[in-house]
Amino acid sequence: MSTQRQEEPLDLLQGTLDLLILRTLIGEPQHGHAIARAIKHTSEHELLVEHGALYPALQRLEARRWIVGKWGVSSNNRRARFYALTAAGRKQLVRETSKWKRLADAIARVLEAHPLEG
Amino acid sequence: MFRRRDADDFAAEVASHLEFEIERLQGEGLSADEARAAARRTFGNLTLSREQFSERRHWRGWDGIVQDARHAVRTWRNAPGFALVSVLTIALGIGATTAIFSVVDVTLLQPLPYPRAEALLSVVDDLPGSGSYDVGLSQPEWLDLERSGIFENVALAWFDENNLTSASRPAQVRLMSVTPNYFAVLGVAPQLGRVFPADNRSPGYTEEVVISDGLWKRDFGGDAHILDRSIRLDTDLYRVVGVMPPGFHAPGRTAEEREVDVWAATSFYGPPLPIQPPRRLRNIPGAIARLPPGVSTAAAQQQIDALVARLRKQYSADYPDGSAWTVRLVPLQDTVVGDVRSSLILMLCAVGLVLVIGCVNVANLLLARASTRRREFSIRAAIGAGRARLMRQLLTESLCLAAAGGAVAVVVLVITRASLTRLIPVDLPRVRAVTLDWNVLLFAVAMTIVSGVVFGLAPALDAGRRDLRSAAAPYRQARTGHLLVAAEVALSLVLMVAAGLLMRSFWDLLNARLGFNPTAVTTVRTRLPYPNDTSIDAYKTIGQEAPFVRELLRRTQALPDVTAAAVGSSSAIPLDHAHRDMNVMPLLVEGRGTDATDAPIVDGAVVTPGYFPLLGMPLVRGRLFNDFDVGTTPAVAVINEAMARAFWPKADPIGAHVKLSASATAWTTVVGIVADARTETLADADVPQIYASSYQKTAKHLAIFLRGPTDTAATADRVREVVQQLDPALPVFGARRLPDEIAASVAGRRFVLQIIAVFGLTALVLSALGIYGVMSYTVAAQSHEIGVRLALGAPRTTILAGIMGRGLVVTAAGTVAGAVCAAMVARLMAATLYGVPPFDPITFAAVTIVLLGVAVVACFIPARRATQIDPLTALRSE
Repeated sequence: MSTQRQEEPLDLLQGTLDLLILRTLIGEPQHGHAIARAIKHTSEHELLVEHGALYPALQRLEARRWIVGKWGVSSNNRRARFYALTAAGRKQLVRETSKWKRLADAIARVLEAHPLEG
Repeated sequence: MFRRRDADDFAAEVASHLEFEIERLQGEGLSADEARAAARRTFGNLTLSREQFSERRHWRGWDGIVQDARHAVRTWRNAPGFALVSVLTIALGIGATTAIFSVVDVTLLQPLPYPRAEALLSVVDDLPGSGSYDVGLSQPEWLDLERSGIFENVALAWFDENNLTSASRPAQVRLMSVTPNYFAVLGVAPQLGRVFPADNRSPGYTEEVVISDGLWKRDFGGDAHILDRSIRLDTDLYRVVGVMPPGFHAPGRTAEEREVDVWAATSFYGPPLPIQPPRRLRNIPGAIARLPPGVSTAAAQQQIDALVARLRKQYSADYPDGSAWTVRLVPLQDTVVGDVRSSLILMLCAVGLVLVIGCVNVANLLLARASTRRREFSIRAAIGAGRARLMRQLLTESLCLAAAGGAVAVVVLVITRASLTRLIPVDLPRVRAVTLDWNVLLFAVAMTIVSGVVFGLAPALDAGRRDLRSAAAPYRQARTGHLLVAAEVALSLVLMVAAGLLMRSFWDLLNARLGFNPTAVTTVRTRLPYPNDTSIDAYKTIGQEAPFVRELLRRTQALPDVTAAAVGSSSAIPLDHAHRDMNVMPLLVEGRGTDATDAPIVDGAVVTPGYFPLLGMPLVRGRLFNDFDVGTTPAVAVINEAMARAFWPKADPIGAHVKLSASATAWTTVVGIVADARTETLADADVPQIYASSYQKTAKHLAIFLRGPTDTAATADRVREVVQQLDPALPVFGARRLPDEIAASVAGRRFVLQIIAVFGLTALVLSALGIYGVMSYTVAAQSHEIGVRLALGAPRTTILAGIMGRGLVVTAAGTVAGAVCAAMVARLMAATLYGVPPFDPITFAAVTIVLLGVAVVACFIPARRATQIDPLTALRSE
């Protein structure tokens, strides 16, 4: 167990990592470490990205041409590979986001229904 | 642009990530070492991440596969014996399969070499009511077919020989009399000049001929002005109007019919044929037709059935209900290929079995090898190689082996293709077109991939098991090996039984009592012209022909080395099948009210009196011909016993009156019966035959029989001299020793037998290797256990018996399974067998004994090795 974990974070659902990466890259290009950190921060430490899973995912997204990677220099002068969203990636993000919202709504409706009161 | 990344780049990215993480953790107060360790932990499985990265790259790029392949080749270098045996086994299997496929491809799979060949049909007339099939058709029936509009074109073809006398020297040529639309049916254009105007329906023969490229080059030296030349065929004058392209063959049923030299056009009526041919005179062997585009054979057959029904009603006198006349449409390809199909399929199955057996062997070798590589796989699995990754590596290795084998096979085939094609009997349809083309290469590649996957599957699946290091693995592997060997033994038994049955048939056939003595007999052929213009026919009547025959006989008898001579029609040559259709005569028996068109057809020949003694065919009853049976004395005939049995089962045939042609006015008297002989086919002595005297009945196709001379070429020259002294316009050809004729008549069978026998033997050797390999492996895998048992005092004979027993149980299981399969295969082969029942116990027993004997030897060697295991060494090695 990592010493960084105060509370039990949630495991990512299959396929959601791709969506989160795309969402994170909507602003300016970022490197892998920053992406992982961003996801953790914006989810208020609820979501933990397996760093080992992150890079294959980046690789996968790059192969599908949703993101494009380029070596650059970070703010603290470290060499890193920066990923930027492509036009196709932007479209994919829109598609996936609406899909995710529908799914989340549907699940929420099921969970909040009161079948016994009917 | 998306650019492919290499593994170093990926590693650099991961390193860069770790640097960020370490820096962050240090910022939170950890020491440098703690931070490094924690960063790695958070990253998770670094190796897996890398592995996943490279996995994805390997699937995508060629270099990944190349890398696997390189690895495979490296592993072979450590085991050259294994690699050599595997590659050669696969090369043998793929090479043999590809070679047979190249023949099958040309004969069975590729369409005939005519445009839109799938629309070409044979029109076959049957009289199932009277048990006659493929009876031919009459000219009026052809006109019916043409008018019916069912076909785009329908043409008649009638094969014959002819004498060509205007080239360098008199030559016998193969002539096909065709309706003028014949080439329109085939859709092939000439290389020079033109073909016949398709709609010409004038009586008699047209004065135009089309010749083959072969004849043009051979007899006319490729004369560029050939189209201006006139040629004499059977003394009639013709003009050459076209030369067909090289490689054009007529769609005939026999090799002779396919190698046509000259095409002459006629609409099959008018002199020399009848002006109004009767509907019942089915004198034309067959018709070929082309369907209009988009019409299926089935649809055309329906229309034909309707047409036949209409005609049977309209001409009820010509089509008695009893004979039940029908017309069948058969794909032209089937007619051309004929009965070769079953032999080819048999060969393809046999060679397929050899390939499968080879694959099983290599699979076994790979399994055994995998056991020695188990440590390598375990380590790779431990450092994170996925199951899929390992299986892929193994499959790539198998495919590399297969590819090497396939490459060797193709190279050997390319080098030896000339001598291989010479092995194929020439009467196989389209044999000249057999080549190593793209189709065949594609087949070889497909076979390579399939066999690579097939023999790589068992080891790959085995490696895919999770319990690689479990103690049970070697046993499980041995079990798979045993199963494979049992299958291999079963397949080999099937092949060997097939070979054995064929061999027994062939042996029986060659040793059948011939009923005639072919030793030292040479036959030479000549042919008298048959002009359309009967006024220039020098051999029109028997009165004109008989003196020629007598003089020919007198002069040939005087040739050096000749102890006996006879002359006869070419149909009198035993086992010569070049003129099947011309040998037959309609037989009318006095007092049996049949008319000529309904008369039974019998095989007949015309011979001089010396024929029977020369061939050693004994007289059973009555008398043979003599020199005083001539044109002016009553006609006489000699029949064989089979004919006596068939036509006079209760009465005495001697003295019976018959007619041997529809137009004969006087009766012929049967005067003698000769013993049955296998002159028609080696497989059957019971074929009715009738003989007439050469001095009483004309025959255009003549054969000269000489006993004594041994030099065929010199004999041919001497006979040519004699014949051309009598008539310089006559061709002399076809000199052949009778024993060669007999050998040629079974050439097809011999070819199939040789192929199957070679495959059977190969299968036996492969199975022996397979049994040996698996037993050796078993012994090696259990050497520890055997060592312990020996150390504890087990007698060596027990060890020997145990190993032998296991091997023999496997073999016996395979043998039983194989015998069941072989019985099924034998039943399918029944039609190709002669004199041997399909379930011939001798063949089955002999093959089983041979196989078991070989298995005993193959088991004994490893078993003996097991008894020689030194207990100490075996124990220490663990």
